[in-house]
Amino acid sequence: MIKGIIGKKVGMTQVFEADGRVVPVTVIQAGPCWVTQVKTPELDGYVAVQLGFEEVAGEIADERARQRKVERRLSKPERGHLGLLDGDQRKSLEQSVPALRHLREFRFESETAIDGIQEGQQITVDVFDTGDRVDVVGVSKGKGFQGGIKRHNFRRQPKTHGQSDRERAPGGISAGSTPGRVKKGTRMSGRMGNDRVTIQNLEVVVVDADRNLLAVKGSIPGAKGGLVIIQPSKKQRQRV
Amino acid sequence: MKLFEAEANPDIPELSPGDSVRVHVRIVEGSRERIQVFHGTVIRLRKGGNDASITVRRTASHGIGVERTFLLRSPRIEKIEVTRHAKVRRAQLYYLRGRTGKAATLKERRRN
Repeated sequence: MIKGIIGKKVGMTQVFEADGRVVPVTVIQAGPCWVTQVKTPELDGYVAVQLGFEEVAGEIADERARQRKVERRLSKPERGHLGLLDGDQRKSLEQSVPALRHLREFRFESETAIDGIQEGQQITVDVFDTGDRVDVVGVSKGKGFQGGIKRHNFRRQPKTHGQSDRERAPGGISAGSTPGRVKKGTRMSGRMGNDRVTIQNLEVVVVDADRNLLAVKGSIPGAKGGLVIIQPSKKQRQRV
Repeated sequence: MKLFEAEANPDIPELSPGDSVRVHVRIVEGSRERIQVFHGTVIRLRKGGNDASITVRRTASHGIGVERTFLLRSPRIEKIEVTRHAKVRRAQLYYLRGRTGKAATLKERRRN
């Protein structure tokens, strides 16, 4: 069984341990996910499993209304990939996989890691246990155009000693005539946030298989409702 | 969805600001576990599932005020007894902090 799942950030709360200690946790609506593609070295040149998350229009009962929603939400190539197009060679997938909104790939070192994984298979939160260490990948909240102090932790200039209106200025950005230019990549103000961020080595505190909920200790990137990827901690994996 | 992981302690009655309460807290000392009672007035009540808490103020010896905040969903709270209700007109009784002696007492309100 592969470990890895796609989810949505629900929000933060705190839970109690049996001895009364309080643990801050982030709740994640994790899965259920479906295996939409298995990538092998022969066909694709590398080993990976593609998972899909969140059914499109699953709550709509009427078949025709649901069909229309799916056609609006997913492009034709996406529908073909999920086996929703008649006459397509992937048509058989439709039996086991619903129309899915998000697809993400999980890479593996060797084929033995994905032994027995089949397209159409369902992956749920119970691949994780409490106490597991995981890495969570998400897209951080966009902060807009920010100055050097917020964006790069620059220090502020003095507020006093004859100083006026340069408190939050970056200061020097380069030497003078030599080199006569500013080095590429010099940290300045600019767009901040909305980046892919990985938080490593978070502890799984609660696994609720009935409600597909996962709680990890600490905070994770992104706003509530943001898409996150959860996989076994990279550093723990190397240690084993 | 956020209401996941919330289990109320059945030994905690409905509380309101101004109540005189006896809070029984489990305290672990080394390997021994005992129960300590903290007796005082509820000056602040915060709701919110797992984050729910009360702040209890009591006047210790020499008129020194002691405040303690308890998380109501914590397993360390054994039980809470309400000994007296008081007539109060606000939700946060921070004004008690500036008062000593008789000025810091609240009028009792009987509920029938």
